[in-house]
Amino acid sequence: MLFPAESTIRIKSIMSNDSTPLLKVRGLSKQFGSVQALSDVSFELRAGEIHSLLGENGAGKSTTIKCITGVHRPETGTVELNGQLIAPRSPREAELIGIGTVYQEVNLLPNLTVLENIVLGRVKTNAFGKIDWKDARNRAKSALSKLEMDIDLDATLSTLPVAMQQLVALARALEVDSKVLILDEPTASLDEAEVENLFRVMNLLRDKGIGIVFITHFLDQVFRMSDRMTVLRNGRYIATRDAKELSKQDLLQDMLGKAFEEMQSRAGELDAIAADRAGRKVQLEVRGLGAPGMIDSVDLELREGEVVGLAGLLGSGRTECARLIFGVDKATTGTVDLKDKRVKQGVPSESIRDGIMLASEDRKAEGIFPNLTVRENIVIALQSRRGPMNPVPREEQDALAKKYIAAMRIKTSGPEAKISELSGGNQQKVLLARWLAAEPKVLILDEPTRGIDIGARAEIEKLIESLSEDGLSMIMISSEMDEEVRCCHRVLVLRDRKVIGELQGSAITESAIVRKIADHE
Amino acid sequence: MKVSLRANPLYATIGVLASLFAVASFSYEGFFSLRVVANLFTDSSFLGVTALGMTVVILSKGIDLSVGSVIGFTTILVAYLVQDAGVPVPVAWGIALVIGVIFGAGMGALIVFYDLPSFLVTLGGLFFAKGMGFVISSSSIGIQNGFYDAVLDFQLQVGPGAYLGAGALAFIVFFVFCVCLLKWSRFGRYVYAVGGNEDSARLMGLPVDQVKIGVYAFNGFCSALAGILTTLYMGSGNPLTGVGMELDAIAAVVIGGTLLTGGIGGATGTLLGVLTFAVIQTILNFDGRFKPAFLRIAIAALLLGFILTQRALARGKE
Repeated sequence: MLFPAESTIRIKSIMSNDSTPLLKVRGLSKQFGSVQALSDVSFELRAGEIHSLLGENGAGKSTTIKCITGVHRPETGTVELNGQLIAPRSPREAELIGIGTVYQEVNLLPNLTVLENIVLGRVKTNAFGKIDWKDARNRAKSALSKLEMDIDLDATLSTLPVAMQQLVALARALEVDSKVLILDEPTASLDEAEVENLFRVMNLLRDKGIGIVFITHFLDQVFRMSDRMTVLRNGRYIATRDAKELSKQDLLQDMLGKAFEEMQSRAGELDAIAADRAGRKVQLEVRGLGAPGMIDSVDLELREGEVVGLAGLLGSGRTECARLIFGVDKATTGTVDLKDKRVKQGVPSESIRDGIMLASEDRKAEGIFPNLTVRENIVIALQSRRGPMNPVPREEQDALAKKYIAAMRIKTSGPEAKISELSGGNQQKVLLARWLAAEPKVLILDEPTRGIDIGARAEIEKLIESLSEDGLSMIMISSEMDEEVRCCHRVLVLRDRKVIGELQGSAITESAIVRKIADHE
Repeated sequence: MKVSLRANPLYATIGVLASLFAVASFSYEGFFSLRVVANLFTDSSFLGVTALGMTVVILSKGIDLSVGSVIGFTTILVAYLVQDAGVPVPVAWGIALVIGVIFGAGMGALIVFYDLPSFLVTLGGLFFAKGMGFVISSSSIGIQNGFYDAVLDFQLQVGPGAYLGAGALAFIVFFVFCVCLLKWSRFGRYVYAVGGNEDSARLMGLPVDQVKIGVYAFNGFCSALAGILTTLYMGSGNPLTGVGMELDAIAAVVIGGTLLTGGIGGATGTLLGVLTFAVIQTILNFDGRFKPAFLRIAIAALLLGFILTQRALARGKE
């Protein structure tokens, strides 16, 4: 139509009836190296429906989308559009046959105009190769009118707010008469009013018969917008259900699987410990700490020896919260006090000097120094706390290394072994030892057991327990809910970047946490 | 306040060029004349063509260090073909242009297919082209040829005592072509797209790889064309010609307001940047008090000023 040469791979829009789904995905499998990212994933998208694709991080949502849009090639499985088998080799081909995608990060060109962002790649040219801007302008206008939006076509994209940019991306997808629209986390960086506007547009498009695949971490948005939802877990298809029939409980059960069922009952003893900790002196007081796009105002009183967990689904603001308390990111509101001493905001080195430390989630990228020895890795935080003019004497270094290798049962050929020779679990222990050697008052543990085996995990949990007995206050974040259940005296439940509830002592169970997440409106 | 980032550095360049020209016009008698303006174009024709090609490369967020060597190679190749091998001039020029394009496309292909940094690939290209020039001849070859004389005799009078030679005309025509190419053609807009955000451009379905190879092929053409213009200007070929020209070209592009981070800028700015070079050079010719080295120092000061301006603009954007 627009491109005579390309019309061969453009499927003329076929009236779809209820019997043939608009998009039919069957048995997709995809392997990356030794990791099976997808195995046998199937779902169907009808015309005029909003279909949510759900799952925790790593469940395979993005991989599924990328297999449909030609970014990845699945090893097995088929994709049918309007009953015809398709296998696009690039997002461009997918776009041309009617599958438009709007990604989480706006994937447009900030330096070009709105007009160009909508039509570039599909413009007509005259005999001299000059672009027909008039035609382009008309097409861009009509695409924007489908969204019932009026955006200045000549504005440079980077001058628009992100929400507007996203609508431009939608207009681009619609300009090719997309029958299928894939929205990958479109609301992640929008404020409430912007989300409302996006939802209005989505409903508009649904009513026009477009099938929309909607991916988001925000569960209430899922329930509000979708007609049906498909849940993936660990790269596998779990279920497709009508939104009307489904309770949030069932959905979370689908998303989390066995973890959801495992109920741990920790009785009176736990309550006693929790009550004991709750009665101690306040170590860290966080008041109204928040930053836009990260987390709304958090209040937290952490007592001596208390372990407080931050629980919630990915994107709920767990890590953001920890980063604000530590000061890697700067909070716009609120205060952090350590035993009545105000901690300077947004300066991690100050936090460390005051005694707040963060053992980070990504051990490889932010934690270990692979070329240094175990001893050097252990003393480095202490050294940084004392300052460069005040070197830690070698005897003290040796003593510290020896002490922690013994106390934490770090398996190494000796303090002078390179840390990269150690197993993941033992590296993690060295990291913990590093912070402990620096004598923290508050230790924030972000995913302390990620990527280490079960035995090492149990040892680290035991270590957390004994550190707590020695009076160290800790904040713990773990996506393994059972781990928080075992380690924490108190758990703050987060959702949609807000603290929505708190559990204490034996009341902390996975099902209780999940129920809090699900029931909150 | 609505100020377009795209236009903003251009205003700065216009300001600098205009004030330089104004100050020189008041200071030196005979500076404010059509003759001087026409000579600006004549003197900067080969730097201008090179800088226009470099503009396209930088807009795509790349860099091409090979241009100076390709110019040197082209001059000696053309001189050899015309003078020693007796090849008709138009054929020699055609061969040079084709080699330039192939050489550029080859570097582009390496950059694209092996995902190599353009800085390194074109640095290799610099050494290769320089070496190849010396393979043809290690010393200068003068060109005595009727066709060359005819081309050199051709001059367009644009005012009293002001003439545009073939080189200047070629530069002006090529400039207009580049403006159209960048503003109105698919290729031109794709260059901006790739420079703006390569990943996005790919996800938007634009032919990123072809565009990138095309960019270096185009710049290879520009270098060869600049080499041909140089033989016209100097009447000879020498493998040492054009040494360091890649840096002059990059400086002219930056002074013209094109961002090294790609995607923002254009041919008009580069024209102004090249003319700024030429104005400073002309001032040096008018005023014996300055040593020739002053050109470099002035360029250094301008570059610093423009880099700081660009940084301030980039900050403002965030």
